[in-house]
Amino acid sequence: MSTATILHLPNQATATIPKKNYITAEHGLLSWLLTGDHKRIAMLYLISITFFFFIGGAFAGLIRLELLTPQPDLVSSDTYNKFFTMHGIIMIFLFLVPSVPATLGNFLIPVMLGAKDLAFPKINLLSWYLYMTAGVVVLTSLVMGGVDTGWTFTTPLSTHYLNTNVMTTAVGVFIAGFSSIFTGLNFIVTIHRMRAPGMTWFRMPLFVWSNYAASILMVLGTPVLAIALVLVALERTLGIGVFDPTKGGDPLLFQHLFWFYSHPAVYIMILPGMGVISEVISTFSRKRVFGYTAVAFSSVAIALFGFFVWAHHMFIMGVSNYSALVFSLLTMLVAVPSAIKIFNWAFTLQKGSLTFETPMLYAFGFMGLFTIGGLTGVFLGSLGMDIHLTETYFIVAHFHFVMVGGMLMAFLAGVHFWWPKMTGRMYPEGLSKLAAVVTFIGFNLTFLPQFILGYLGMPRRYHAYPQEFQVLNVLSTAGATVLGVGYMLPMIYLAWSLKYGAIAGNNPWQATGLEWQIQSPPLTENFPITPIMDHEAYDYEWLAHKMEQEGNDVG
Amino acid sequence: MANTVATTHPEVAHHAHDEHVVLPQHRHHFETEEQQREAGSFGMWLFLLTEIMFFGGLFFAYLLYRNWYYPAFAVASNQLNVPEGAINTAVLISSGFCMALGVWAAEVKKKGFLVLMLVLTTFFGLVFLGIKADEYHEKYEKHHIPGASFSTAMFTHPADFGIKEEPIAPDMAEHTQLFFFLYFAMTGMHAFHMVLGIGILFWLTWRAHKGEFSEGYVAPIENFGLYWHFVDIVWLFLFPLLYLINRHPLH
Amino acid sequence: MAEHIKHHDASNVVNPEHAEHHIVSPLEYTFVFAFLLLFTGITVGAAYVDLGWANPVIALGIASLKAVVVILFFMHVKYQSKLIKMTVGAGFFTFFVLIMMTMADYISRAWGTW
Repeated sequence: MSTATILHLPNQATATIPKKNYITAEHGLLSWLLTGDHKRIAMLYLISITFFFFIGGAFAGLIRLELLTPQPDLVSSDTYNKFFTMHGIIMIFLFLVPSVPATLGNFLIPVMLGAKDLAFPKINLLSWYLYMTAGVVVLTSLVMGGVDTGWTFTTPLSTHYLNTNVMTTAVGVFIAGFSSIFTGLNFIVTIHRMRAPGMTWFRMPLFVWSNYAASILMVLGTPVLAIALVLVALERTLGIGVFDPTKGGDPLLFQHLFWFYSHPAVYIMILPGMGVISEVISTFSRKRVFGYTAVAFSSVAIALFGFFVWAHHMFIMGVSNYSALVFSLLTMLVAVPSAIKIFNWAFTLQKGSLTFETPMLYAFGFMGLFTIGGLTGVFLGSLGMDIHLTETYFIVAHFHFVMVGGMLMAFLAGVHFWWPKMTGRMYPEGLSKLAAVVTFIGFNLTFLPQFILGYLGMPRRYHAYPQEFQVLNVLSTAGATVLGVGYMLPMIYLAWSLKYGAIAGNNPWQATGLEWQIQSPPLTENFPITPIMDHEAYDYEWLAHKMEQEGNDVG
Repeated sequence: MANTVATTHPEVAHHAHDEHVVLPQHRHHFETEEQQREAGSFGMWLFLLTEIMFFGGLFFAYLLYRNWYYPAFAVASNQLNVPEGAINTAVLISSGFCMALGVWAAEVKKKGFLVLMLVLTTFFGLVFLGIKADEYHEKYEKHHIPGASFSTAMFTHPADFGIKEEPIAPDMAEHTQLFFFLYFAMTGMHAFHMVLGIGILFWLTWRAHKGEFSEGYVAPIENFGLYWHFVDIVWLFLFPLLYLINRHPLH
Repeated sequence: MAEHIKHHDASNVVNPEHAEHHIVSPLEYTFVFAFLLLFTGITVGAAYVDLGWANPVIALGIASLKAVVVILFFMHVKYQSKLIKMTVGAGFFTFFVLIMMTMADYISRAWGTW
């Protein structure tokens, strides 16, 4: 590996952070809590989701601690159930769903489009307050004793057979859903109606396309989760039997409504991450994304097909054989656009001028780990395999590969890539590379053994297991510890960089994209004059031409 | 506050067909008033899409159980009052008509007529809720509210109550409770949306009275109108589905 | 930098599809109002006549017709941009996917083993 880098910083002796930017524009706590500025809201979200990430992570630690030994010796089964339920709810609804859209999406989408803000700044702020309310409600439920239904709230367990804080948690998730809906709504209107002159659909960065597709899912899918939770709440209060078989109800009705959202939800989570990968791979290959149109249409195709496959989470639950067959076939179909994207990124890398800065390391991690996760998803989509693998650790490994190996790595890639733009400072590259490698090693050590555990038959959501599975579980817990270290490091050095990091300048990565043509950190109004987009996306010739013309000393 | 559109676009006054109307409510991140209005309308439609999907879940639950327990749903449905339901449908259609006229009034800048239409819309909305309350009360009296006080007697022994229906078996009669649960859930969810709408109507009426919507700024009236019509559409489906399952039982 | 407004960018900003801002007249609204009331009456009347399987079809058909008329006229969609029309379509499409695909599961459960 060469020590080449495309990093181009201004002369540190003379460079300063621009005096007028969105951070210094106004002072005081209220100016942040009542802001309409999409960039400030993005920062608020970044802090909040990081907070919830570590709570969710703590539960993961507790789960892995219990699973060190085959006996159920650390906590009782009810408590263990609470661990994995809270881990799932916090990680999915309070971390993964808002992660890229609410932080990077909020910050960058208006800038990438040449707009001054999102379409509805006040609704954007409302989104954040709804998110915080949801977080507080979930924490309240936690403090009151937690909930142990699993994040899937399966009925009639959640409606009739448990006395834990199902209602409180359901309320929290309901509110988080609205936060998500309003973010998606804002993005869709902005992308359709607030692009700068010359910014046609096919000149937009692929990051915007991905967030657009995810936003459609947020708006159309989340309300169905909302009604499913409302029905659970009503059922718990009135006990009519809408999901209770002893009273003539169908528990599968809940599952149909729940998974109608929760399957698109996984695409809500991954699509924005894929958007990040497009940007990062292009920049660190110095090459336009191969097959721009294919990647753009694939994003929308994933969103569309994602609505047709939900019952693959219900194959063993009692759906008809015909239904299972149709959903299985459709599941094979939905894998295709994701694969198309991986191929296109691979071809972008080919003959590119590669350098391996931290964002690129995370992007490579994504390519490998998401491929494994995605392929195992196809295995699970085929009926015969699923009968044996469902509800085992194979599923757990599958979704952690796509969500953590895929999405979380993409999130970290994005945070590192745009950190200099959002804060004006560079993070320390040596330490960040170390963290990326540690994370990759830790991740594989944690989750590869779980694939094996799964096909050997270890069930998920159990805190006791047969003796012969212990070695693999110990490996997994060891990996989790390493992974934890890998995630702690960015917390430390990113915070450090705010004060001591190198001054980044406008375009430290020499990237294309409108966000790199403005100062770091940006002005509140983003652009002093409305830009006119007169070139294609990822046009490195245009960039080279422009840099020749202006020189790029920033002070 | 400096009117940024005017200062950077001095030729505004000369472009008649472009209609770069400059209103005090113009938000700085939009280039033109037209863009702001379109964005607002589009945003409201996206919100209505979420409402379609939200009610969609309830409609599906209803479709499923009507299919599974048709006899119970049919006899239970006949306990609902068709005249009250039909009148309520007409009331809501009237309120929608008034709302649409209100939007027109805002567009042609007739303040007095706008306020009148908003008041009438609110009035009809309140009439709807009043009739609904009466219906709910009747359900309470007949022991048709799901829960501890629910009674299936009217369905297992209709003749005792002077009801011209076939009696149904006790186990099927249990499922009438499911019908009433869905009835209260769906009409209750609908009524909740009406209450929210009426609250907003009070606020809008007051602002309209102050003249906020008669100088060309019509977006809030227009967008609220979209919401109100949507709530109306939900009722247009609820009425036949809940009240008119089988109104010719003994043929 | 005022040129960009006259730029009339074909893909965005000022009214991209140049949908004329049509004001629906009170007369049109009155026709719609009468139509809706008429069909409410028809729906109630039809419910009391035994038409077998056609009863729910007629009831839902009339309700759908009324809904379409409210959407096109009271909600102005007939005179709006293609974007708005597609948005409305997308909403109902997703609603139908939910209903149809879920119903397909329940209907096919009764088909017995295979």
